[in-house]
Amino acid sequence: MPMIRAEDATKDYDVIIVGSGAGGGQMAFTLTLAGIKCLMLEAGRGYDPVTETPMFQRRDQAPLLGNSTPDKEFGFHDATVDGGWQMPAEPYTQASDKPEEQFWWWRARMMGGRTNHWGRISLRNGPYDFKPRTRDGLGLDWPVDYDDIEPYYTKVEQLIGVYGSNEGLENTPNSPEGVLQPPPKGRAGELLAQKHGKTLGIPIIPIHRAVLTQKLDADRLPAVLFPGNTWAQKIVGDAMRARAACFWATPCGRGCSTGANYQSTTVHLPPALATGNLDIVANAHVREVVVGADGKARGVMFIDKTTGQDVRVNAKAVVLAASSGETVRIMLNSKSTLFPDGLANGSGLVGKYIMDTVGTSLQGQIPALENLPPYNEDGAGGSHFYAPWWLYQQAEALGFPRGYHIEMGATRGMPGGGNPLPDDLGDGAYGSRYKQEARRYYGSFMGFACRGEMIPNDNCFAELDNSTTDAWGIPVLKWHWLWAEHEQRMCDHAERTFKDLIETMGGTVRSVTNGRNRIEPGGKIIHEVGGAIMGTDAATSVCNGFSQTWEVPNLFLVDGTPFPSNADKNPTLTIMALAWRAGDYLVDQSRRGLL
Amino acid sequence: MSHNYQDQNQNQEPDAFGAVPIVVNQTPRLPRRTVIKWFVAVAASLQLGDAQVFGAEPGPGEPVITANGYGKDPLLNQTHNPGDLWPLTLSPAQRAAAIALADVILPADNLGPAASQLRCVDFLDEWVSAPYPAQLRDRELVLPGLDWLDVEAGRRFGDVFASLTLAQQQAICDDICFEPRAGENFKTAARFFSRFRSLAAAAYYATTAGWEAIGYVGNQPSLTYDGPPDEVLARLGVEQTVA
Ligand SMILES: Cc1cc2nc3c(=O)[nH]c(=O)nc-3n(C[C@H](O)[C@H](O)[C@H](O)COP(=O)(O)OP(=O)(O)OC[C@H]3O[C@@H](n4cnc5c(N)ncnc54)[C@H](O)[C@@H]3O)c2cc1C
Ligand code: SF4
Repeated sequence: MPMIRAEDATKDYDVIIVGSGAGGGQMAFTLTLAGIKCLMLEAGRGYDPVTETPMFQRRDQAPLLGNSTPDKEFGFHDATVDGGWQMPAEPYTQASDKPEEQFWWWRARMMGGRTNHWGRISLRNGPYDFKPRTRDGLGLDWPVDYDDIEPYYTKVEQLIGVYGSNEGLENTPNSPEGVLQPPPKGRAGELLAQKHGKTLGIPIIPIHRAVLTQKLDADRLPAVLFPGNTWAQKIVGDAMRARAACFWATPCGRGCSTGANYQSTTVHLPPALATGNLDIVANAHVREVVVGADGKARGVMFIDKTTGQDVRVNAKAVVLAASSGETVRIMLNSKSTLFPDGLANGSGLVGKYIMDTVGTSLQGQIPALENLPPYNEDGAGGSHFYAPWWLYQQAEALGFPRGYHIEMGATRGMPGGGNPLPDDLGDGAYGSRYKQEARRYYGSFMGFACRGEMIPNDNCFAELDNSTTDAWGIPVLKWHWLWAEHEQRMCDHAERTFKDLIETMGGTVRSVTNGRNRIEPGGKIIHEVGGAIMGTDAATSVCNGFSQTWEVPNLFLVDGTPFPSNADKNPTLTIMALAWRAGDYLVDQSRRGLL
Repeated sequence: MSHNYQDQNQNQEPDAFGAVPIVVNQTPRLPRRTVIKWFVAVAASLQLGDAQVFGAEPGPGEPVITANGYGKDPLLNQTHNPGDLWPLTLSPAQRAAAIALADVILPADNLGPAASQLRCVDFLDEWVSAPYPAQLRDRELVLPGLDWLDVEAGRRFGDVFASLTLAQQQAICDDICFEPRAGENFKTAARFFSRFRSLAAAAYYATTAGWEAIGYVGNQPSLTYDGPPDEVLARLGVEQTVA
């Protein structure tokens, strides 16, 4: 991937984009194909999925059998570079000593950010999800509704490629005919759960993931996405042709060298670079946004990590897409006489209303899945089925207002690196009996996970910690966290549901329930959104429905920061849809000379 | 304040939700005192002087782990063999005991080769020689455990564990293969055995021979994904619901 050196970023740029993940990648794609000259600054190093992805590497080829270490917390082969829960050069702090009041912050420092290793689960928010307060009086509404965003969900799905099915379920939108890629066949455990889910009224259906089960239709889609623009069509068509279809092996979390799943580095950045309108500087750690006397953004200051020098670059507009926590941090660190409390923070809401997803899980062992004859279940490198929330009409009776979806893990996945036969089941087995028992139980364990909606609250926020700085002397974030009773009750319900499901499948629950601790700590599900919410006015929000800040009209936020709610649907598809829409709006504004 | 890596399980990838029942590096910490107590108990039961037993305790005699980890940006796309990233540290006696024990646990049979043919002890040595907290914790259990095996073999059969007959080795293993049933004097040894079995199996099933032994088929590209075969669907009483 071609990049330039910091000292060569001297062109007359229209827009500076900070961050190269889902939001930054989408913004670069949208703007450069509209002819806008962009400079992308990425704090991490350059990263090339084609040459760096460990596709077929086995666990016996990795140190410690590929297991997690403090250096690689999701395992050796996971496509996270210079990141994890802790990064020595970029610490963060907690306001409380209590584990349940702390926030876990996962970051990656690499071209493409967390999109290189994300789970690729790509669910649309439904109409309810944009108007939660209207429905139940809690949390915050979005200033946009489903119909505003729908065209962009469709465009993103067409561009990145998402498999799934249209089931017409409540608040679980269909995509227009022909937009989704065909879903992969169900695995044994998924089909078994589907069958028994039915008796409990739980709809288990194909999940949506950003994986190409077929090659993209490069002859048709570019004209749909860029009608009348043959230049853009050619670039996008070429980029689509360069991506292969999934070959049904290798976990997606390692990244995909053939471009068969979505990562910014294989889907957004190549066509954006092909326009000739994008320069990328890696190892560019942005310190602050610089504003002029007119209160508009003039550019940014960044540290060139290669030389340690501070560098200033200018542009007509600035887009922040550094991930919601980092965007908050950059805004709070951008202090000036005009903006003494941080940029575009007149409302005092920058850093407020941070949300994650409500997570809990339960494992079971299913005798029906024991001793199955061997066959290949690798599939699409992630889950094939899930259950969308199915009890919208029963919120009152349930005692918690919002829903969760169920993700499930059931697969005869690549073994090794762990003990396949838990001691209690093995009953002391060693020798050939151990090997027989390991084979018997292999593939018979299933896990169910709750991924639920958290309602924003006043206790979950981030602020600057002026007593701690990162390796470049920049103040870091201090996190505050407290789950509310809603979320706890949701987890109680999820756990009972999973127990029922496991037992209906004839299985037994394996993991112990641990009461109030069953809820995962804040941040643990890595769906951090909020912190600079969108709304209808400058007093109660930081930006408008186009992710444009109220106070600085040429400053846009296109990661998760503008989310005023965090539906149970994993956030990234919505981040991309909002970014594309913000990009179209920015193009329109600049054509009208309004920036 | 930051998160304490050692005390929390953070291996679960949020959206790559798996169902692996047990992850190897989650053994509860065995405090050093316990290890020492263990050896005191062994010493008492063997009626040996402290000195003889404490010779086996990791400490002054054992190499201290000083190597660095592989950092946050290691080369992923290449093979790393045990010993490449940090030195292996098992003594020849410990290695011999480990190889013998791994083969008792994972012998050659109709399901596949013996652990020793699959380099399992190299992986184990890499594991207990690694500069990370979970592995350092295992080191405190595995090294004395291997030493204990030889002491116990000597006490019962007058030789080191590796030189015993299979039946003699099994006689020792039978006493320590399941912690809930292990006698008071064997509790800690049983914890060692459980951990060792875990690690040996973790290595065994990471190899292609191990895949075959457990029934894993995959890691090979294919033009289609066919899902479970009819035989499996029939056994489960389900239909394939995706066309
Ligand atoms: C293991 C895992 C699984 C996940 N699974 C899913 C899933 O299945 N579905 C889903 O919807 N979401 C999932 N997510 C979340 C998903 O990865 C994020 O929502 C998404 O990547 C957010 O995009 P982003 O552009 O906001 O941030 P990122 O992708 O994090 O990109 C931000 C970029 O900005 C850079 N940056 C940060 N600070 C600075 C600075 N000061 N200067 C310059 N650059 C900076 C970073 O280095 C990074 O490259 C998962 C995340 C993880 C970690
Ligand atoms: S499963 Fe498919 S999409 Fe995922 S990494 Fe492998 S080839 Fe790529």
